Amino acid sequence: MTETPQKIVVDCSTGEQTIVPLTAEEITQREVDATAYAEAEAIRQAEETAKAEAKASANTKLAALGLTAEEISAFTA
Amino acid sequence: MTMTLVSTVTVGAGGASSIDFTSIPQTGTDLLIMFSLRSLDNGGPRDYIKVRFNGITTSTYTVRYLEGDGSVAASGVFANQSYWYTNTGLNGSTSTSNTFANSQIYLPNYSSSNAKTGSVDSVSENNATQAGQTIAAWSSTTTAAITSLSIIGNTNWAQYSTASLYTILKGSGGASVS
Repeated sequence: MTETPQKIVVDCSTGEQTIVPLTAEEITQREVDATAYAEAEAIRQAEETAKAEAKASANTKLAALGLTAEEISAFTA
Repeated sequence: MTMTLVSTVTVGAGGASSIDFTSIPQTGTDLLIMFSLRSLDNGGPRDYIKVRFNGITTSTYTVRYLEGDGSVAASGVFANQSYWYTNTGLNGSTSTSNTFANSQIYLPNYSSSNAKTGSVDSVSENNATQAGQTIAAWSSTTTAAITSLSIIGNTNWAQYSTASLYTILKGSGGASVS
């Protein structure tokens, strides 16, 4: 049997700290959070990849126009 | 300016999925949370911290970040999220043993009725090339005063992780940083 995850709750008005098992709702929320993060991260990585590919493509086209690597670097930096 | 420690929490054996500060006193101007955190997630040294306030789980949080992972730098925006987070800058289970990330979160004007903002600065520790660093600006459309804060792990916070909550009270000149 999987152990129920726990959280630490600090009541700042009293200083009391208690360890509380997550509710079914909170466990579901954790799963929703994990899925949402994975989706957002996948989008982010796809955007980064597209940006890197566009940069490489632009550099290739600039080189084809006769620009040296130093000139491309100066132009795109 | 007066800085007052409200509470410090240390995670015990077995870990904890989140650290929740509740009934936050509304006696300060700003909030500062300082961490020494390690996640039990196997996501490696590039793990993340989630922060939610007042138990709000709707898409009201936006993150603008600048990060590095030891070899690549990146920046961007995550809009309309259901929590604030650092995208990196946290030790995971494959980080060097017994090392913890250093992080701090600053939440200005937390008891105001204006939309909430915050900033985070976090760096992981890892005796290898891959070690995450991140700074981020956070915003939220929520205008309610912050009365509770949840510091949520991807899985569990490791034993000996700590979090300290401080209130910052502005001085008579009105500045909270002078």
